[in-house]
Amino acid sequence: MLGLGPADWQAIELTFKLCLYTTIILLILATPVAWWLANGRSAARVAVQAVVALPLVLPPTVLGFYLLIVLGPRGFVGGTLESIGLHHLAFTFEGILVASVLSSMPFAVQPLTEAFNNLGRRPVEVASSLGAGLWDRFFTVILPLTRGGFVVAATLTFAHTVGEFGVILMLGGSIPGETKVLSVLIYDHAEAMNYEAAHRLSLMLVIFAFLTLFVVYSITRRFGVAKL
Amino acid sequence: MTLSVRARLQREAFTLDVDIELPPVGVTSLFGRSGCGKTTLLRIIAGLERVRGAEVRFGSQVWQQRRHFVPLHRRRIGLVFQEHSLLQHLSVRGNLLYGYKRTPKELRRLHLREATDMLGIGELLDRPIDHLSGGQRQRVSLGRALLTSPQLLLLDEPMAALDSQTKREIMPFLSRMASEAGVPIVLVTHAPDEVERLADRVVFMRDGRVECSEPLRQALARPDSPLFADDGAASVLEGVLGPLNEHGLRPFGVESARLWLPNVDSVPSGQRLRVRIHARDVSLALDDPRRISIQNHLRVTIERIGSPRAGRSVVATRTADQQLLLAEVTPWAVEKLGLEPGMEPYALIKSVALMG
Repeated sequence: MLGLGPADWQAIELTFKLCLYTTIILLILATPVAWWLANGRSAARVAVQAVVALPLVLPPTVLGFYLLIVLGPRGFVGGTLESIGLHHLAFTFEGILVASVLSSMPFAVQPLTEAFNNLGRRPVEVASSLGAGLWDRFFTVILPLTRGGFVVAATLTFAHTVGEFGVILMLGGSIPGETKVLSVLIYDHAEAMNYEAAHRLSLMLVIFAFLTLFVVYSITRRFGVAKL
Repeated sequence: MTLSVRARLQREAFTLDVDIELPPVGVTSLFGRSGCGKTTLLRIIAGLERVRGAEVRFGSQVWQQRRHFVPLHRRRIGLVFQEHSLLQHLSVRGNLLYGYKRTPKELRRLHLREATDMLGIGELLDRPIDHLSGGQRQRVSLGRALLTSPQLLLLDEPMAALDSQTKREIMPFLSRMASEAGVPIVLVTHAPDEVERLADRVVFMRDGRVECSEPLRQALARPDSPLFADDGAASVLEGVLGPLNEHGLRPFGVESARLWLPNVDSVPSGQRLRVRIHARDVSLALDDPRRISIQNHLRVTIERIGSPRAGRSVVATRTADQQLLLAEVTPWAVEKLGLEPGMEPYALIKSVALMG
């Protein structure tokens, strides 16, 4: 179908899995971080905001390089995993999952922070005074009132992870079914002068990226992130 | 059983230092200018502001003490805010029932029907929130808070964002709620008329401190009361409003101290109400002037004559039914008429404002 070979399909499936896991993990992690950034009083907020935004400005190779060191067999995390009988994370799917969570962090945190800023504290205070506890407040007030922010965060995270390349190549290499995602496969195809295969996948990604951004922008234009 | 709060807070240019005990009955008003700390105090009581070292107790319940802290959703407090605070993703009914559903059945004292009747919002139930007027929104907020059957109601300037017409529309509901709900109320406000109409007790706040806490009667008996700072001294009389007579006037108060009120059609007879009379609208005469356009003449007894301030003296008098009535006269008039405590002049009242 579509002239794609088994290697292409494997990469598509792997990419989809990576994006899905990254999005789920990031929504869970980014929500409390964004809430704290929007509503906290701590002076450390600016520092955390800057750290979260780092992947936007750093070359992906820098993030990939440090992750390779930390997650690799001699690194702090990799070494600890090895010492308790597990495998280190360099050149593994779990490794690139950690990498994409970190590098897509700003794409989840920033829309959520904006949505929470627009929401303000009042609806949450109201819900507390009406007897709603923490989770109750989150699911019956915060989530319905900021779902636009969640939609945008999820979409951008997913799309950005599809486009992940440098970090994955540094940390994961190009292992079929483990770390060879679409972007890496296109690189491999092009290196092998298999331009036709590279072109098919590239065009798919162009269309996918366009549609994603189109959807996100029409959502934010129509409702504003806060009111959706 | 009292509400007691002790808190100290230093935040940039703002300091709060309070230690008060309030009787948990009737309406207590926290009164002061903006920035005096009254809203912060209210938020500490609610548990929205977690100030280190603060102590908050309500009767036998300790809400905050050292590391012990009861979060707002377990305090069973009803909160009404100044501005629009309805949950936008819910209808009027959804808002009203949000807290009701979360109140344990055995604690519910009020049900949807009674609340909507009391506040006149029965017809709004299925409307979306953005189709309500400002006054309707505040009534829904009040109903929503009441439907949690709270043990304490905190109102943070509930009328400050409303225009004066809407405010007049809301006031009767608030005073009805105060008398019918049977829940102690803390009302934060900077508007003297709200205090005079609704409060039983006033806590005067200034620069983050409590200046004094006293019953409304006592607060109104002081000509230098902060309640009078902007608009001059005024008296609040209580009484029952009677039916319309052939001249379009309605009697107010007991026979021996009767006032006649024009232009009050909306209020039913037989209700106990308060009227406000500015001291500057009250003159004193030694004889009862009959040929005069002013309708309201009362025989009063002078209790005290205040020392002159800005060319005016406030004379405190008692009506026949022992209510306090303040009159503002010039020191020259005091001298000319030979006014002194114990004398029984006539008070000529130029204007009476019904407060409901």
